[in-house]
Amino acid sequence: MTFSDVISIGWKSTDAKRPPAFLVASAAAVALAALIPVGYLLVRSVDAGSEWVDIVWQSNTAAIFGRTFLLIALVTVISVSIAVPLAWLTVKSNIPLRRVLSVASVLPLVIPSFVMATTVIEMYSPKGMLQGWLSGLGVTRLPDIYGLGGATLVLVLMTYPYVLLTVRGALRRMDPALEEAARAMGYGPIHTFRAVTLPMLRPAIAGGSLLVALYTLSDFGGVALLRYQTFTSTIMIQYESSIDRTAAAVLSLVLVVIAVLLLLGEGFTRGSGAYHRSTVGAVRVSRRFDLGRWRWLGAGAVGLPVLIGLVIPVGVLVHWLVRGLLNNQELLPLLVPARNSLYVSLLAAVVTVFAALPVAILAVRFQSRMSRFFERSVYIGFGLPGVVVALSLVFFGINVARPLYQSIWLLVFAYGVLFLPASIGALRSTLLQVNPRIEEAAQSLGRSQWRVIFSVTIPLVMPGAFAGGAMVFLLTMKELPATLILSPIGYRTLSSSIWSAASEAFFAKTAAAALLLVVVAGIPTAYLTLRGHGDKTGVSDRPLKLDEAAR
Amino acid sequence: MRMPWRRRTAEISIPTPVQGVVAPGAADTGAAETGVIHLQGVECSYPGSNSPAISGFDLLVRPGEFVSILGRSGAGKTTALRVVAGFEQVSAGYVRVGGQLVGSSFVHVPPDQRRIGLVFQDYALFPHLSVAKNVEFGLKGLQASERAVRIAPVLEMVGMSGYEDRYVHELSGGQQQRVAIARALAPDPVALLLDEPFSNLDRQLRAELRRDIKKIVQETGATTLLVTHDREEALATSDRVAVMGERSIEQIGTPEEVYQNPVSASVARLIGPCELIPGVYRGGIVVTEAGVFPTRTTTDGTVSDGQQVLALMRASELEIEHAGDAEQRTATVELREFAGEFSEYSIRLDSGTLLRVRRRAANGIEVGSRVRVQTRGESKVIVFAVQG
Repeated sequence: MTFSDVISIGWKSTDAKRPPAFLVASAAAVALAALIPVGYLLVRSVDAGSEWVDIVWQSNTAAIFGRTFLLIALVTVISVSIAVPLAWLTVKSNIPLRRVLSVASVLPLVIPSFVMATTVIEMYSPKGMLQGWLSGLGVTRLPDIYGLGGATLVLVLMTYPYVLLTVRGALRRMDPALEEAARAMGYGPIHTFRAVTLPMLRPAIAGGSLLVALYTLSDFGGVALLRYQTFTSTIMIQYESSIDRTAAAVLSLVLVVIAVLLLLGEGFTRGSGAYHRSTVGAVRVSRRFDLGRWRWLGAGAVGLPVLIGLVIPVGVLVHWLVRGLLNNQELLPLLVPARNSLYVSLLAAVVTVFAALPVAILAVRFQSRMSRFFERSVYIGFGLPGVVVALSLVFFGINVARPLYQSIWLLVFAYGVLFLPASIGALRSTLLQVNPRIEEAAQSLGRSQWRVIFSVTIPLVMPGAFAGGAMVFLLTMKELPATLILSPIGYRTLSSSIWSAASEAFFAKTAAAALLLVVVAGIPTAYLTLRGHGDKTGVSDRPLKLDEAAR
Repeated sequence: MRMPWRRRTAEISIPTPVQGVVAPGAADTGAAETGVIHLQGVECSYPGSNSPAISGFDLLVRPGEFVSILGRSGAGKTTALRVVAGFEQVSAGYVRVGGQLVGSSFVHVPPDQRRIGLVFQDYALFPHLSVAKNVEFGLKGLQASERAVRIAPVLEMVGMSGYEDRYVHELSGGQQQRVAIARALAPDPVALLLDEPFSNLDRQLRAELRRDIKKIVQETGATTLLVTHDREEALATSDRVAVMGERSIEQIGTPEEVYQNPVSASVARLIGPCELIPGVYRGGIVVTEAGVFPTRTTTDGTVSDGQQVLALMRASELEIEHAGDAEQRTATVELREFAGEFSEYSIRLDSGTLLRVRRRAANGIEVGSRVRVQTRGESKVIVFAVQG
């Protein structure tokens, strides 16, 4: 065994593929930062000592486990089955109002879970608006909205856009020649989708599903309002009901274990295939699939989740707002919270994407046990409820990083820990489709590894970076627990304004802020969704020119 | 055409073939003794695989030379190229580029410090950059004004002037290939490596581009190493052809040498359209199913009287006659293809083996005729001893 063999132990690839030190160092720093909340939980649990076992058993853990997993499975499966056809319809087909619908279909993402839950209750509960309209038709009582059904509905509406965004990004970058090859080999459009498109989308679907599962695991507002007890709501009850937070810390560790199981499951689904293009040159422009008469039905299919997940909730909010205004209720001052929300969300998006880059590049280009460990540890943050991350960072701020405490940076740090997986998922599925030969070409032209990363890799993953940044922005806009706990005193955002108004039952005030939140979060989302369409390397709307068709 | 800026930054001078063998200054760097690319006993394995992709690999490419590595897919040709470029580390042996040791079990110079121009099979052009920016990419050490001066002549050389502002997806496959070559040549590399550069192009374009590349390479005097599985490509473009066996070079020589004197049956199979049929060697002749032929060997002293051999049957060295005894007529004409000055016949031996024979077009032989097989004129059949 030579010296280089010795030093290359731990890296699966040859010595020549050893990652540059700066990349490892920055990825390690990001992974370490992401592990701080878990570290705090460990410290608290170790303090608990032998109480540990008692706490886990007392809390009826097994039953809650089952309920949580049932919800996760339902929400994930339904979200994927909605999102994949929607992605295909909005990227590859010629449905009418395609641009409008492709933006609108992502927008349910901007509605916070507790707002979605209140509107769902208002609409579909046995005494809700829908019941009111239907009573004229002889329907006397709708099935109960509370429990598993309602929780699933709320979470699916909020989470299917995660899968939609990642799958859409992958579809845009996919080489149309692959599908054309299948068509040429006699595969029909549906068979082609199953045999070629779907397998190519597997990393994106897996990444999106992981986000959905982890979100479902950590959501509190939605499940609490719909009275479906999950692990996270149990922890919240523990936190709020006792001064001693040890029990909540112990249960949170169990939650971390569940998150780890989900992560392992996603890695298993992804498989070992290569997803970058192996063919000549850059991505060619693809023609849209003509649905013929069916295109109106396609538009309807895209429109339905938009109706239920966006139009109706917004309608309910408008209804509340109008009713409140007619009753002369005063409105909260919204300008300052809106500005604060915008500022802190943009900051979080930029910081998070920059932090995600080294981890994603390392994980995709320099696969090793270490790079996988970094990536996986970054994912853990998303499996933790926001409130757990926030409280551990309060502990961290007070004891370790005093200057950060009560500053906006600790808040941004919490958002980063919580939402890194959202940006990593988008970055890694984009990276997987970038041919590594392009980077090798750059290196053979005399650029060192780190210069290659800046001049080639990063520009090529920009679509993924924007998609990731957009997701972080949205998630930050509607995040509540961490915002409440870590905002500097007197620092109000839209979501904390909504919460304080709603908790005092001022629905008109809630409606105004919630509507503003949808608008503020919706504008950048629309921009980011639309900019993918005119992309130089992406799918373009312009018709194929003759010379392109001929070659 | 000689590019005015050539050699200005070159540490290792590359003479043109016209100039002579050794360039001024080449002796200082050892280029004269070791060549521009020199691999000695190189072994390289991929992680997770228990047998090496190449081993005992020797290759010397001299200044200004155009060498092709010819081998079937999976033989390790691309690995050899990636070893030279620096993308794979070797576990044994020595890799020298421009006389300097760049790869061994204890040294690994990264790809960016080897000054090698590499053209990938799928071109690997940067989709986020224009044609001009792609070419400019390797010129990072220069002033912006000087870079601009360099891009124009390189693009002109590959016939891509006027495409500076196009993006890669707006180009055809052949155009992408030209840009890839321009990009590789622009930084004035020590050597140019081409990995199956024509495999993605149609036949006509392939021949055209092959000639163009040959011309470009001759004009610039660039030392070139090409990897291919296409014998025609290797024979037509190269000064020397290195034929790969399993994991290493089996024979290297001029196209004429390897064609006329293949050292083994496997080299013969790779090098030319031919058929190998079994026979018995009898002091200067070989007795086969097709007939009895005068022989020569390319591996002296390895064939003894009465030994089992494989006889190399090539269309251009055989002749068929619609004459002789029924016993001597060993084959049936199955197909006749007219090709202008000659016709090419497919003849079926009784064992089922199909041979191809070239014959002048006049006095054609009918399909279905029984024919006698002979060597043409003074031609002798090459025989290889059967192993074991």
